[in-house]
Amino acid sequence: MTEATAPQPTGKAPAKARSTAPSSTFAKSQERVGWLMTTPTVIVIILVALYPLARAFYLSLTNARLGSPRAPEFVGFSNYIDLFRDDIFIADVGQTIYFAAVSVALELVLGLGIALVINSNFKGRGLMRTAMLVPWAIPTVVSAQMWKWMFNDVYGVINDILVRKLGILSEPMAFLQSPTLALPAIIMVDVWKTTPFMALLLLAGLQVISADLYEAGSIDGATGWQSFRHITLPLLAPAILVAVIFRTLDALRVFDVIYVMTSGANRTESMAVYARRVLIDFQQLGYGSAVSVMIFVIIMLFVVLYLRLVRVEEV
Amino acid sequence: MSASAVATSAHTGPSMGRLWRKRIGRGLFWLLILVIIFYTIFPFYWAIVTSLKPKGELFATPVVLWPANATFSNYVTVLSAEFFRKAFFNSIIVAGSTVLLALAVGSIAAYALGRLRFRGQRLVLYTTLAMTTFPAIAILPSLFTMVRNPCVIFGGNCPEFSVFNTYTAMIIPYLTFSLPFTVWVLTNFFKTMPAELEQAAYVDGATAFQTFYMVLLPLTAPGLVTTGLLAFIGAWNELLFALTFTLDYNARTVPVAIANYAGSTPFEIPWGEIMAASIIVTIPLIVLVLIFQRRILAGLTAGAVKG
Repeated sequence: MTEATAPQPTGKAPAKARSTAPSSTFAKSQERVGWLMTTPTVIVIILVALYPLARAFYLSLTNARLGSPRAPEFVGFSNYIDLFRDDIFIADVGQTIYFAAVSVALELVLGLGIALVINSNFKGRGLMRTAMLVPWAIPTVVSAQMWKWMFNDVYGVINDILVRKLGILSEPMAFLQSPTLALPAIIMVDVWKTTPFMALLLLAGLQVISADLYEAGSIDGATGWQSFRHITLPLLAPAILVAVIFRTLDALRVFDVIYVMTSGANRTESMAVYARRVLIDFQQLGYGSAVSVMIFVIIMLFVVLYLRLVRVEEV
Repeated sequence: MSASAVATSAHTGPSMGRLWRKRIGRGLFWLLILVIIFYTIFPFYWAIVTSLKPKGELFATPVVLWPANATFSNYVTVLSAEFFRKAFFNSIIVAGSTVLLALAVGSIAAYALGRLRFRGQRLVLYTTLAMTTFPAIAILPSLFTMVRNPCVIFGGNCPEFSVFNTYTAMIIPYLTFSLPFTVWVLTNFFKTMPAELEQAAYVDGATAFQTFYMVLLPLTAPGLVTTGLLAFIGAWNELLFALTFTLDYNARTVPVAIANYAGSTPFEIPWGEIMAASIIVTIPLIVLVLIFQRRILAGLTAGAVKG
């Protein structure tokens, strides 16, 4: 392969000398080439992430409005002070954390169950693994519309099953119009969409646990539960932690499923839905930026929290 | 677990209780699998059934579990709608461009990060990695102003160069999620390659860049496929930027079209058409998943386990 791709062989003796004794000029050229090759990526990161973040912070200190001809004024931290008095924002933070906590917890329990089932080597597990990729791959918008229709108060199949087929309810319910049921319904959709992903991550962790350990456990007379508790769980802990971190950060920025199912009505609004509403519907660029920066801070707090957990785990 | 039960019971002799417990365990196991499959599959079944229903059966109580008069009329309506065809086309262009751009920029950086040694290497790698935790909403307001007035980047003012409501307004911001992932996965890919390959190329007098694109890049083809697919799926499904940085169907992508799907009358939501549209946009993804499932799984677990 290497011979084929290097069509012009050069003099062998000097080349060999260069490869066996990497001179400082070689290191220097690596330094230059390395920077040259990473420059496009660095520029992109600055352009689409670091600069916009800095700019969001700057804008959050002004009273800028979209489409307003007057120049924005510097208002200091007054947007942030307003934020702490903004009942809608505070409620939305609570709802988002509730959404993230419940959905990630459910996804972990269900995902672990599914991963254990698939890992137990039954026929057709390859098929099941493929099937599980499908909910992950489809657009969240699509899954939200599918469930929104299933939750429909009059013609929805869920009401039909609960009222007519099983008789659990006496009359159909408007799940997405109810302030108490709308958010749990949305959580159910999120769990449906992302549990397979969680299961796949945990399955990858399960598959590297050696079968010898279970054999040794069973020779020592361990029950199924004991071997799960003392072999599977400790060895799977790193995979669980990583999966939970990824999913929590994802869940805290939830937007799509809520936008489609309720647009944030009936106590379902998330932080991200609110930020977009302030920016686009109210045209408040300054205040909207403050909301965005605050969301960033909240998510970073979770990152720091988790990183500490990982460190504790390693010790 | 069941194998170990057999092993321990072998020398005591299978008692009746044990046998029954095993059978019940088996039964519960399969019941659990059935429940999982039902929970996973039923919404898809319901979307397909809905898309095949004529209006009369769609809005009927009790619900019709299988259409008596299945029809493709919803599909015909969706596919003949100008806005939907345009959205599909837009999505292909936007997602395709995102993939090409992320791979072009990301693979070069990944090679340098994985194979070369230079100062600031770790800083670049970890900054890129940190971007995966970045909430898109945090940069939405500033990106919005940058999209409508690109010169603010240099402190200038040029609304006449606005990219609002164009593909660019999505393709560039989509690098926030596609590029870090591409760089991270491909860097790990390059790291695992044997050093002999490179040394042989250097011996033959190749420069670092030649070594990269003539020797190592072809070998990373599986990694390119994996990251390309994940970038494609991510861009195909993205809603927040697409919704905020576009105005009309000239630039709007599939998720926006489906999220805001409106019927001919404001009084009735056209669920049959929405489901038909949903299935149409999901089919390309399912095809990709079926063909490349191994590569996708490898990418997903690499991204998470090593992250």
